[in-house]
Amino acid sequence: MNKHNIELVCPAGSLPALRAAVDNGADAIYIGFRDGTNARNFPGLNFDLKAAKKGIDYAHKAGAKVFLALNTYPQPARWHEWTRAIDQGAELGIDVFIIADAGLMQYATERYPDIRRHLSVQGSATNYEAINFYHQHFDIQRVVVPRVLSLSQVRSVIEKSPVEIEVFGFGSLCVMVEGRCALSSFVTGESPNTCGACSPAKSVRWEEVGDERRTRLNGVLIDKYSPEENSSYPTLCKGRYKVNNNISYVMEEPTSLNVLESLPELIQMGASAIKVEGRQRSPAYVAQVTKILRSAIDDCLANPDEFVTAGKWTMQLDKIAEGQTHTLGALERDWQ
Amino acid sequence: MKLSLGPLLYLWPRDQVIEYYTRIADTSVDIIYLGETICSKRRMMKTADWIALARELSASGKQVVLSTLALLEAESELSTLRKIVSNNEFMVEANDMAAVQLLTGSSFVAGPHINCYNNNTMSLLNKTGATRWVMPVELSRDVLVELQSARPDGMETEIFAFGRLPLSFSARCFTARANDKLKDDCQFICGDFPQGLTIYTQEEKPFLTLNGIQMQSASTCNLIGAVNECKDLGVDILRLSPQPHRMETIIETYRQVINNELTPDEGEKIIAEFLSVEPCNGYWHNQPGMEWTETIE
Repeated sequence: MNKHNIELVCPAGSLPALRAAVDNGADAIYIGFRDGTNARNFPGLNFDLKAAKKGIDYAHKAGAKVFLALNTYPQPARWHEWTRAIDQGAELGIDVFIIADAGLMQYATERYPDIRRHLSVQGSATNYEAINFYHQHFDIQRVVVPRVLSLSQVRSVIEKSPVEIEVFGFGSLCVMVEGRCALSSFVTGESPNTCGACSPAKSVRWEEVGDERRTRLNGVLIDKYSPEENSSYPTLCKGRYKVNNNISYVMEEPTSLNVLESLPELIQMGASAIKVEGRQRSPAYVAQVTKILRSAIDDCLANPDEFVTAGKWTMQLDKIAEGQTHTLGALERDWQ
Repeated sequence: MKLSLGPLLYLWPRDQVIEYYTRIADTSVDIIYLGETICSKRRMMKTADWIALARELSASGKQVVLSTLALLEAESELSTLRKIVSNNEFMVEANDMAAVQLLTGSSFVAGPHINCYNNNTMSLLNKTGATRWVMPVELSRDVLVELQSARPDGMETEIFAFGRLPLSFSARCFTARANDKLKDDCQFICGDFPQGLTIYTQEEKPFLTLNGIQMQSASTCNLIGAVNECKDLGVDILRLSPQPHRMETIIETYRQVINNELTPDEGEKIIAEFLSVEPCNGYWHNQPGMEWTETIE
């Protein structure tokens, strides 16, 4: 088995994070510009043109690729900001555009046919007919599939699709189909699709009431914690609410996705890339996760039948994971 | 301006569905969307049943459109989609790009779950065959103004005007989870909740509604106050989402406002009197979707 036949794609929200990913063995690093053109539009995060140029040079010298995420949905008044970002990416020598919006995909295809195009997870393609649409219209080379498919469904999509399939391997877990979730804009006015933000920090309020800690999103109570509980960032699908008179994590617990357990199968079925979530994370986090996943993938490629040490890496990953726990997510039927 | 009744988003017993649409046939609604858009496991109404119902409603003078699933994962779901797409009688509403792919070349509706946020995407959809699009619920009046200004010829615009807002989909069945069941052994528990299952914040405020794999708002979107603005903007159709109670009154109140027999604020007051939950119209006003701005004439 070719050692590099599954690509490790790592996040970078800053130049130090990009260097950390490259140094620890990422095959590709995905970045975004400092604006609403990408789905991690957080204050102080992401790349201006100068940093992007330096990052691309650094990665290319080490033989790694840089992907540019332009995966929000442009609205008419600001359409030109997205097309300008495509133009700038091309000028910088980016290796791949990661795009969600069909109109923007068309622009990239017409202007820069020679730059690879990947359909973003925000493009919500969960089956091969949807993938066929993007392949036929825009000759896309890869799709990042939403975190809603079971392992057998991932296998089926890989078998029946004319393009490469990238799956999420580690990081925060979107419970909803990406690109089709307006929960955040319902509460705050900003969503991943419109603004590249989910449960944005500017709408968050932490309150101390007696010895209880409460988290609010634009006034809506997302959770409350007793002194002995660890509090989490109030991502609204991971709050505790009341249903049938029980208070529980109605949508999902604060937990991380970790697919290491299924890595041999993903490689065997022909997944082209494993993606790490977390452009908002620190360079130290990116370094750790990249290093662990690089070792795990290399080991799995070398000895796919004896890949029994996933537990070792999972323990290390759990230490830095959201909620210090992990799930296989939708890959496992019972999660659904 | 026409009125449509969107697809039924909940699981109701077959007899109740038939009885409901029999009553709807007598209302002034112009267009009826039929079919399962949420969960392929719901089979109380099979595709053939929906098509039979479509024929009856069509015979009573309604334009019928067959709606399709929003989240397609399994081969069996694609084969149901192909069956609906290849019906030769009724227009089809696409709610996934798989449907757009299969409908390419025929006249179809790009439903609310097709991400059409700009004119370039709208043109592309139009070139593939879309002759009507339903604006994504999170877009505002201000965005609509721009989208309408460059709308391709022959493209009708439909707005989600009334009902609990469809906000997201997941692989996970939230109704099964809330009732300690696995999705693969759900026993059609969502059938116990004819308007979905409300979730409350820990301060007892109704927040969202669980409807199988879909999350909806707990509040009811109501754009009756914006009917005149919609007319001015050249909106062709207002969509009302089915709810079990008072649907005929909702339809006729909207109709009266469209016909200038009631003012928008009068219509809004009539509906407010029997809504059991808070209204919302924030998205329309470029605010968080859960907000409400009262119409004052």
